Amino acid sequence: MRYLPKSDSERRQMLEACGVASPEELFSHLPEAVRLKRPLDLPPGISEYEIVDYFRQRAAENANGYASFLGAGVYSHFRPVLVDSVVSRGEFLTSYTPYQAEISQGTLTAIFEFQTMICQLTGMDVANASMYDGSTAVPEAVSMAVRSTGKKRVLIARSVHPEYREVLRTYARHQGMPVEGFGYLPEAGTIDLEDLDRKTDDVTAAVVVQSPNFFGIVDKVKAAAEIAHRRGALLIVVFTEAVSLGLLEPPADADIVAGELQSFAISPSYGGPYAGVIATREKFIRQMPGRLVGQTTDSRGNRAFCLTLSTREQHIRREKATSNICTNQALIALMATVLMTVYGKQGLRELAQQNLAKAHYLAGRLSPRFSGRFFNEFVVRASKPDEINKALLKKKIIGGLPLGRFYPELADSMLLCATEMSRRADMDVVAEVLA
Amino acid sequence: MITKVRPHLSQNEALLFERSSPGKIAYQLPALDVPPVDPAEALGAENVRSEIPGFPEVSEVEAIRHFTRLSTWNYAIDHGMYPLGSCTMKYNPRINELVARIEGLAWAHPYQPEALAQGSMEVMARLEAALAEIAGMDAVTLQPAAGAHGELTGILLIRALLEKRGNPRKKILIPDSAHGTNPATAAIAGYAVENIASSATGVLDVAALAQLVDRDVAALMVTNPNTLGVFEENIVQAAEILHAKGAMLYMDGANMNALVGIARPGDFGVDVLHLNLHKTFSTPHGGGGPGAGPVAVKKAFEPFLPVPRLKRSGKKWAYDYRRKRSIGRVRAFYGNFGVLVRALAYILAHGGPGLRNATVDAVLNAVYIRKKLEPYFDLPYASPNMHEVVFSDERQAKLGVRTGDLAKRLIDYGFHPYTVSFPLIVHGALMIEPTETEGKLELDQFIEAMISIAKEVETDPQLVKNAPYGTRTSRVDEVTAARKPVLRWRPS
Repeated sequence: MRYLPKSDSERRQMLEACGVASPEELFSHLPEAVRLKRPLDLPPGISEYEIVDYFRQRAAENANGYASFLGAGVYSHFRPVLVDSVVSRGEFLTSYTPYQAEISQGTLTAIFEFQTMICQLTGMDVANASMYDGSTAVPEAVSMAVRSTGKKRVLIARSVHPEYREVLRTYARHQGMPVEGFGYLPEAGTIDLEDLDRKTDDVTAAVVVQSPNFFGIVDKVKAAAEIAHRRGALLIVVFTEAVSLGLLEPPADADIVAGELQSFAISPSYGGPYAGVIATREKFIRQMPGRLVGQTTDSRGNRAFCLTLSTREQHIRREKATSNICTNQALIALMATVLMTVYGKQGLRELAQQNLAKAHYLAGRLSPRFSGRFFNEFVVRASKPDEINKALLKKKIIGGLPLGRFYPELADSMLLCATEMSRRADMDVVAEVLA
Repeated sequence: MITKVRPHLSQNEALLFERSSPGKIAYQLPALDVPPVDPAEALGAENVRSEIPGFPEVSEVEAIRHFTRLSTWNYAIDHGMYPLGSCTMKYNPRINELVARIEGLAWAHPYQPEALAQGSMEVMARLEAALAEIAGMDAVTLQPAAGAHGELTGILLIRALLEKRGNPRKKILIPDSAHGTNPATAAIAGYAVENIASSATGVLDVAALAQLVDRDVAALMVTNPNTLGVFEENIVQAAEILHAKGAMLYMDGANMNALVGIARPGDFGVDVLHLNLHKTFSTPHGGGGPGAGPVAVKKAFEPFLPVPRLKRSGKKWAYDYRRKRSIGRVRAFYGNFGVLVRALAYILAHGGPGLRNATVDAVLNAVYIRKKLEPYFDLPYASPNMHEVVFSDERQAKLGVRTGDLAKRLIDYGFHPYTVSFPLIVHGALMIEPTETEGKLELDQFIEAMISIAKEVETDPQLVKNAPYGTRTSRVDEVTAARKPVLRWRPS
């Protein structure tokens, strides 16, 4: 087999050196009862060509050549070519978590740059080396708030991504963290501040809002912060569309920012792998989950980087750790790092402006359901969203996300997203079909 | 003699922020085909930021050079043997990278209609079936994003089943040789942790287990083979003890690469286990992720698996969201699909017999290293080992040289260190896992290096204590890094 580098004669030499007569003897200490007495019921191995062919066939069974107006936490942005050139380098692709700093400075330096850029983008003091994704970053941020405040109750806006809320519920259930939702304004699509104010009490650890929210709307972060802080709760701001930060004010009033970086050159890939991130204020560093890279020097006095503050982590603290998380999403975070480098200060703004222009062009031909200000996604009424989407599919267009599945009250609506990759001609078709 | 490497030059490189200068760009967007929009008007002036202070400004050439130079400061499997015990650093086949990037798969949106996602769903269904067969289990969820995430999912599943049976119970038992993620996971799932000391031979002490298991115990979390690389010979008995008291056997599948095709957890009494696709199934570690941690279960746990579940609906695949007893979601969407594609490509490449051959070679390599290094390093547990071998630094420590020093010296010989100081039950552990993708030449060079270092300890311990010498970065001051954390760049 091509992945096994030994010849049969080398195997024989090694078996002999081990004083073992046959490969079977290597397993002779396994109790008879546990041994598998038959071959695995899997077909024999196949060639490279056949593997490519198999996956090309599967890919052909998916959507191909469609324009898409799906967003809802996963965005179709162009991936600069440099991104794959960098992450395909074996030195990044085939290395482990950088425990041995002397021979891992490449990964460590890139993570330090990542942490810095996330701070610059979000206006926070520190960022970790990344999390699995945005959805799991939320419960980790909530646990941080619970530890920091010594309180347990969690309020989360219904305009936070519905699947993120589901993940939070799964995590919170057995940690004695009651999770309650609060509403959004049916006209504006922004959070219902009165509802939030009513529900926030002195045992509330965290208030969680998303901006732009699930409906694409720039939400009332500052007002939410005031309410949360008045009762001694922390404000957690979630983002799913990182490109929006090229144009939007950073969530400076947040105590913790938990986000998803898929928009930064991470292919949609049917839902993953992505990279989440947590950023926060200096004073909460010790409560942070996940890997952190810090700057130091080597014995010759040169600048060097290493993993640090690991006393928070499971391999040291075991059941008292801040999280059970073991790794970050280094390679995916590197994609985001390269994207932020390629677009840079000027480009990220221009990219965000193009997204804004495209979405507002499309929205201009339709009538958004909510009056709140939006970035590159918005909700429109469509009495039968599934029928509309069926009609669009015939024109090689995947329409918006019907919202009834997540919001029964919005069963007559869909969420549409436009990015820099949306063509005007396709948007015109969407507008015509929806009109 | 250092035979594998000799020094070569590497380039210095400033941080992106230090090499930025205003006006430099590495991008070009297409001309806008719609009218531009004034951000202040569309978003409200108060919501629009000025610039992003400090954000990079470099050209395309500088960007590629920057990351290329950084990359040359890393050691990687592509350079050579990476014998990190427990981490399974095996060759990452490049075909896997290619197929994960095929457009119809890489650009599939998780919310695209099921009718237009049949290919992705078929890939997942096929992987679920293959993993179930390999593990000897009845059902698999692919949703967990990593091993530790799989552990959490698995313990929540156990909790859910026990709750259904009337009592979720209070404790999880964990051997003292376990990975740190095990106790951390148990705590998050709302359980108290009770440690079990390993026996003198480094395996589960079934007598101790029998005494500990009562109606408060929800499960035992065990890694098999354990972190000493030793097969838990009493596993069937342990399962019986647990099951007799209504408790469950959870297996951490981190070391499943020692068992594939040889023994199946489902056949020896395991109720729930997670698999690390980035270990056993060759998906790249990428400097620390992404991974994937599918969880395989026995039939009784199936109703509790995370939503959605794949189901057959006529000739098509569909998602089933209506599962009342599900523990809920552990992650948005369906899992790290791109990683799943790579793992399936690996399984297809090997096939059933090939996977077993890989296991045999992995064990042969570790046994070979043990045989060759046994005369030079203390072996605290004499039990037969499987895919990895754990020595201790006892002999070298007498001369003031610890496992961490030996590891750093190994770098000068051109190898990535083994896992240092783990498992915790071995004082000064050297945990070595070669994997099956090392040939005899590389193994012999590694053995030669280890023997040479052992001799250096005898003749010049200080030489070893100050290593490494050949790297561009010498020993890093981790103490200062933790004492005065500098976690981001700031303009000076």
